[in-house]
Amino acid sequence: MYTALWRRLPGRTWVRILLVAILVALVVYALFTWVFPLIDQHMAVLERDVRIG
Amino acid sequence: MDKAVANTPRSSPKWRYRALGVLGELLVTVGLVLALFVPWKLWWTDVEAHQNAQNELRVFDEEAEAAAGVPATETIDASEQRTDAAPVPTSTSGEVFATLWVPRWGPDYRVPVAEGIDLLSVLNLGFAGHYPETSKLGQVGNFVLAAHRVSHGAAFRDVDTLVSGDALVVQTPEAWYVYTVTGSEIVQPTETRVLASVPGDIDASPTMSVMTLTTCHPRLSTRERFVVYSTLSWWAPRSAGWPPGVEAH
Repeated sequence: MYTALWRRLPGRTWVRILLVAILVALVVYALFTWVFPLIDQHMAVLERDVRIG
Repeated sequence: MDKAVANTPRSSPKWRYRALGVLGELLVTVGLVLALFVPWKLWWTDVEAHQNAQNELRVFDEEAEAAAGVPATETIDASEQRTDAAPVPTSTSGEVFATLWVPRWGPDYRVPVAEGIDLLSVLNLGFAGHYPETSKLGQVGNFVLAAHRVSHGAAFRDVDTLVSGDALVVQTPEAWYVYTVTGSEIVQPTETRVLASVPGDIDASPTMSVMTLTTCHPRLSTRERFVVYSTLSWWAPRSAGWPPGVEAH
């Protein structure tokens, strides 16, 4: 999977490393902005009493 | 396909091994993503909530100054500390209607106080939230606040450092409300008696204005609740100046 991705990336080794870094940054951004807040909502144990953590 | 396989020296010609390899990489990826959740929850939500709370405080100050003018910078002296009926502000759900200062946590410690205890629209934004079913600020009864102990700004992180006699200062555009801590206790999440108008006594009718802070306990857990009780010592119009222990800006 990652080997295939590496082979498909264009350019010399340092260009590819740069592209991989950009891809990783985009994935982390998406996780922090959308995915984790969504997961967090479903993880929160909510009770209608003296709740809150 | 065959050609691609032949061109890749280390991959097995058998598709089963390739499938296993992809599965392994997927599992490693899932592990990394789950590992990233921890810094998101314990660090990034703090960064976001803190930034949001600071913005809200700026907006609150601007609106308060527009409505009531710039307050005097001197410390409020004893003759201006009032013990008659305090003003009761109105607030709509989600609205930041006050700020809470806790001198024990530093002269500039301050958190916005919003109406409601909804996670997404109040608590996760770095605010302390007012339980809507409890008394209003300044009313005779129990004004109860909740905030995070950890993550999302963790406004009540150091709640266990408060001791009897400490001041808790609530500020609205119109007035200061200075509460004095009277005690604390650790309760089960189901012990809603702490929300009663007379904390701990569901049947009693209130004669005093009290404020109760609630948050999670122990830290990083939602097993119990840490509860701090305080009573209203005095109030003053905001134009009178600044309460002792609170840093004028």
